[in-house]
Amino acid sequence: MSILDSKIPDGPLAEKWSKHKASIKLVNPANRKKLDVIVVGSGAAGASAAASIAELGYNVKVFAFQDSSRRAHSIASQGGINATKNYKNDADSDYRLFYDMIKGGDFRAREANVYRCAEVSNSVIDQFTAQGVPFAREYSGYLANRSFGGVQVSRTFYAQGQTGQQCTIAAYQALMRQIHEGKAKMYNRCNMLDIVVKDGKARGIIAKNIETGEIERYSAHAVVLATGGFGTVYYLSTLAINSNGSAALAAYKKGAFLANPSLAQIHPTSIPKLNEYQSKLTLMSESLRNDGRVWVPKEKGDKRKPNDIPEEERDYYLERRYPAFGNLVPRDVASRAAKERCDAGYGAGETGLSVYLDFKDAIQKQGEKTISDKYGTLFDLYNKVTETNPYKEPMRIYPASHYTMGGLWVDYNLMTTIPGLYAIGESNFSDHGANRLGASSLLQCAADGYFILPVTIADYLADEIRTPTIPTDTPEFEEAEKAVKERLNKLISLNGTKTITSFHKRLGNILWDNSSMVRSEKSLKKALQLVNELEKEFWSDVKVPGSINEFNQELDRAGRVADFFELASLIIIDALNREESCGAHFREEYQTEEGEPKRNDEKFQYVAAWEYQGESKPPKLHKEELKFENVKVVQRSYK
Amino acid sequence: MKLKLKIWRQKNRNSKGKFEIYDLDNVSEEMTFLEMLDYLNSKLILEDKEPVAFDSDCREGICGMCGLYINGRTHGPEKEVTTCQLSMKAFKDRSTITVEPWRSKAFPVIKDLVVDRTSFDQLIQAGGYISADTGAAPEANSIIIKKETVDRAFDAGICIGCGACVATCKNASAMLFVGSKVTQLALLPQGKAEATIRAISMVAKMDELGFGNCTNTGACEAECPKGISISNIAKLNREYLYAKIQD
Repeated sequence: MSILDSKIPDGPLAEKWSKHKASIKLVNPANRKKLDVIVVGSGAAGASAAASIAELGYNVKVFAFQDSSRRAHSIASQGGINATKNYKNDADSDYRLFYDMIKGGDFRAREANVYRCAEVSNSVIDQFTAQGVPFAREYSGYLANRSFGGVQVSRTFYAQGQTGQQCTIAAYQALMRQIHEGKAKMYNRCNMLDIVVKDGKARGIIAKNIETGEIERYSAHAVVLATGGFGTVYYLSTLAINSNGSAALAAYKKGAFLANPSLAQIHPTSIPKLNEYQSKLTLMSESLRNDGRVWVPKEKGDKRKPNDIPEEERDYYLERRYPAFGNLVPRDVASRAAKERCDAGYGAGETGLSVYLDFKDAIQKQGEKTISDKYGTLFDLYNKVTETNPYKEPMRIYPASHYTMGGLWVDYNLMTTIPGLYAIGESNFSDHGANRLGASSLLQCAADGYFILPVTIADYLADEIRTPTIPTDTPEFEEAEKAVKERLNKLISLNGTKTITSFHKRLGNILWDNSSMVRSEKSLKKALQLVNELEKEFWSDVKVPGSINEFNQELDRAGRVADFFELASLIIIDALNREESCGAHFREEYQTEEGEPKRNDEKFQYVAAWEYQGESKPPKLHKEELKFENVKVVQRSYK
Repeated sequence: MKLKLKIWRQKNRNSKGKFEIYDLDNVSEEMTFLEMLDYLNSKLILEDKEPVAFDSDCREGICGMCGLYINGRTHGPEKEVTTCQLSMKAFKDRSTITVEPWRSKAFPVIKDLVVDRTSFDQLIQAGGYISADTGAAPEANSIIIKKETVDRAFDAGICIGCGACVATCKNASAMLFVGSKVTQLALLPQGKAEATIRAISMVAKMDELGFGNCTNTGACEAECPKGISISNIAKLNREYLYAKIQD
């Protein structure tokens, strides 16, 4: 059934990557400057890949829809980045990080890729430090670490609550240096709308110049997507409001398989939705659960202020249910537990849709100064959004759409099923299985961008050294450009009665209610029908103002929302297919007596990779069977 | 709330702009400033009028994409917030709010409230980095750095590149932006080797791009949404002077 070849190298797990590096094809430095590489997206993965590939001598073109590469949403990553330095002497190792990620992902990630991610983690910290990331230090001057959810060691490096900003800016600066040296070129405010495939290989992209509206063609010997996740499909999410799934969908429709699209992370600690006008949700880093204790009142519907509720009337439900990991259970577990308490009527706040995250004990024990040193920027952010002071009163938090574990299917070289098309960082599926552990997203982005892709892309480009610059006046570019223009024209010409945002909100509500933290066959089937109906309504009644050949933010937004409909259907189809619960994918029908996810390894220990079959045809499923040769597949327990 | 909005409208780079007045009813004080503009735009769209173009992305004060000149203040009247974090509680019912783009020769207006800030990227390209090639880094703990030093580097490094410092400066100087980057990297042992050349190149580029000179009025520090200290400019001046003496 499967035509998927993951190209995992032979040999023992710990030797695969070094063996692969030793046997992979190379491109002679003199030949590299004849080869063009397009990188779409400029966050932690895109910028680090673009800079590193340019350093090697290839010609790199980088595309971002924002006004600068530095805006990418990796910048909002807060709590930290994992590495196996074992500076804390707590018996950490590559194997342990690998094991934590595999277990955290509920045995739905690919062993070899995850191990490699752990294996290069120390180099990532070295690289960022060398590039000037001010990681937190102890008074001794040595690097500091903290702990994160789902693990029992301290391996997370951090820069207050702005680790992502500091790391992303370091990668951005490395890219700016390559631009200065003429090895890379940046295309800001340039929105990729399609991928051009010629003779079965990715050869370029069609992009819209956001300022002028012009549709432009760009060619290359290889195309790299570093376009992030599509958690904004839920409308409200912790992502930037322009984050989208259009690149992933474009690749899918050109033949790249999309893997596990339903595996989406609902992060447990977001500031709750405060009102109807809200355009996004603000995350509170998981690192806060190092010192914050999560609780709800023991009494249903208790409307007292949190500080008025005495200790014995508080239910620290994570510590109660999961004594071994307590407040540091993985995200999927923490989110479901919060939802369970709120649904049962114990939620805090006016709406009853929040739980407390309390720092009283930590401040008492460690002092306000220490807490402020660790989380000052996060406390300030919370204060700004909610106008309450978390040093004095517990935070209120609730789960929110955050991260996409699923994504474009890639092999060990990070290449999709389209030769010459790569996907790195959050845009691929490979490292986080059914649930991502905290502080491993920045790690994966930097691992892919700095250390993995620059090596593996040579294996493909080595066979391209005789291919001259790819011309853009070929039928493939013409057709792709024509299709892009037709769609934009269609969107503009609809001239309906409803705004794009109103459709996006309604789509988000359908998914949130029927296909988020808890799903069932019934809710998913209902969601699929509602999404299809809404999609039809969108294509007959949406109003897109303005014209094509101008700066038109609404038109850009319309294209993204149109794509969200197709992605939403795919998410639901994948969730329906996976008749088990694993990690963040919780099907009501499949749970243990204690309400934990119940996997079905016999039937579903595989990656579901979906192939596009044409408009309004159901996608075709391909299975990559997951083999676990280095861990024992067990029922995940954090008790 | 009922508001009168006086908003700068400009079709593109080459056209002349002007203010337009919009009356907006039923604004909730729970909205953020940008959600208020979203709301205005949804009304304009349904009335077949052109929505107001403005930039924003993360909407949590970290990406630096947003930035409006509101009632004569960059990012509006509140201290240490970006436009996206500005609450409508900061405004009175029945007031008039004037909204303009950043005004600076180095930040040309692209449309309405959207400006071109690529000059900031060009400043970083001129030397705002440590030239550490991928793979060449030593073991991270082989570089011991005092906690206070790293904390100071972090405080300088939290710049979000929004451009408020330039927009608020009467000389349109980029000294706080450049100063914070030069300071962050010069404080760290990893960045010391290039400290001299970095300061000289970035200052030269700043002049070339049409940013003005610093006359120490301190407006940049007062308006910086991240509260970056003007002492970073003093540090830049020291680095620059030292570099010139060595020259």
